[in-house]
Amino acid sequence: MAMMKNITIGQYVPGESIVHQLDPRTKILATFLFIALLFLVETFTGYALGALMLFVIVLLSRIPVKFVLRGIRPLMFIIVLTLCLHFFMTEGRVILQIWFLKLTYEGLIRGLMMVSRLILLIIGSSLLTLTTSPILLTDGIESLLKPFRAVGVPAHELAMMMTIALRFIPTLVEETEKIMKAQMARGADFESGNIFHRAKSLIPILIPLFVSAFRRADELAVAMEARGYRGGEGRTRFRVLKFTRRDAAALILVAGLVILVGFCF
Amino acid sequence: MDALIRFVDVSFSYSSDAEHELEALADINLDIDDGEFVAVLGHNGSGKSTLAKHMNALLVPTSGKVYVAGIDTQNAERLWEIRQMVGMVFQNPDNQLVATTVEEDVAFGPENLGVPTPEIHRRVDEALAVVGMSDYRLHSPHQLSGGQKQRVAIAGMIAMRPRCVVLDEPTAMLDPVGRREVMQTVIKLNREEKITIVLITHAMEEAILADRVIVMEEGRIVMTGTPREVFSKVETLAKLRLDVPEITSLANRLRQRGFDQIPNNILTIEEMVNVLCQFG
Repeated sequence: MAMMKNITIGQYVPGESIVHQLDPRTKILATFLFIALLFLVETFTGYALGALMLFVIVLLSRIPVKFVLRGIRPLMFIIVLTLCLHFFMTEGRVILQIWFLKLTYEGLIRGLMMVSRLILLIIGSSLLTLTTSPILLTDGIESLLKPFRAVGVPAHELAMMMTIALRFIPTLVEETEKIMKAQMARGADFESGNIFHRAKSLIPILIPLFVSAFRRADELAVAMEARGYRGGEGRTRFRVLKFTRRDAAALILVAGLVILVGFCF
Repeated sequence: MDALIRFVDVSFSYSSDAEHELEALADINLDIDDGEFVAVLGHNGSGKSTLAKHMNALLVPTSGKVYVAGIDTQNAERLWEIRQMVGMVFQNPDNQLVATTVEEDVAFGPENLGVPTPEIHRRVDEALAVVGMSDYRLHSPHQLSGGQKQRVAIAGMIAMRPRCVVLDEPTAMLDPVGRREVMQTVIKLNREEKITIVLITHAMEEAILADRVIVMEEGRIVMTGTPREVFSKVETLAKLRLDVPEITSLANRLRQRGFDQIPNNILTIEEMVNVLCQFG
């Protein structure tokens, strides 16, 4: 869908592929199923099959593999840490000893297993945000949470909050830049000094930003009221999500694979 | 015919504390008729925004009554009918757009009213066409200029099918191009869509476009009349710390210098040109 090409928040890559066109609810549910699978399997074969599933989906989505893998980079530190902790902290047959660190066979297996799980988890969930625009994602979450309204889940309110956040992020970014420039024009220095110094120099930016955000919130609330907003009750929607036969097929396929792989490996 | 919006002896104060009571509105009696274009003038703190907020029940009077199409604005049960009939556009174009795309923002009002989906789509198309923003329907608000954002906000009102649109200093934060865009849209709404317009402003050049001008001072209506009547009273306006349009002021200064043939109620440059050409 070309709908959201212009929103740069998140990591959405606009496209027309079959994965992009699926109902956001299908993709959210499929992602959850996939995550469940990762916690069910305990063998390398299982993880390999999981990776294969992801690979097929990436191919279908026509998003460059490089782009998908980029999602791992920010979490590299955690991955390495997990690996090291498992390598050297697990009891068992020692296969290598560096000074006091003992690498055990069990640790090696366990570490690789955990890291595979982590990497697949990251890629799997980032595929959801890569192929679904934030707006559709919000609609999907609202629609999926709706049945839980009876037990007090504020589905519509959560979705509204997400929408407003998405709407105002660019506005606030712009405003931050403006305030920074204004402070710099009066000689403020954000670049030098140690980390405490630099953190402290952010205060003159954050305070005006907060003040203006509260003022905006107030004005927005009045404007929303003037436009007849009274919560989710009795509200109709401009965009209606359509769960098609294709969505059903995709979901059944994913569920089938998850059950098959999850219980056999 | 009954007035669309009727103020009967309306007073309003923001603080209920009797000692510090400051009347933002005092004894307002005002009728706004269907199809009229009314401009409300006054400097900051004169109560003009407070007046505007009474027109769609964002505020209700401390004493007195406001009726919109005969409905008392204090009637909480019919609040949403009033909000649908009287739309409101605010000063800051950024802080009144809710959704992440133009079309969805325009749809926000009708969604709240519970309009069926296909009808919402029809209304969004129509409203965007009226304000000339159809090409921008998939843009997100932060990509638009101030004038364009205000036009989207106006489209958001039109999509609710109001009988009246109240604009609270819609051009105050805009550049000259944006102002012109918004004013052209406002005039179009009034002339072509027959929507009643209440324009709160302190730009005299905008007020001369109205059928009727209301001047406010310290919560009271101090002058009312056609733009020509109001702006001919230069001295009274000066006492209220209000300017007249530049060309009117020029005409006045010329009169003071002895050019008595120049009338004191010139509002536009064209009128001035015509008068001067007759001098020969």
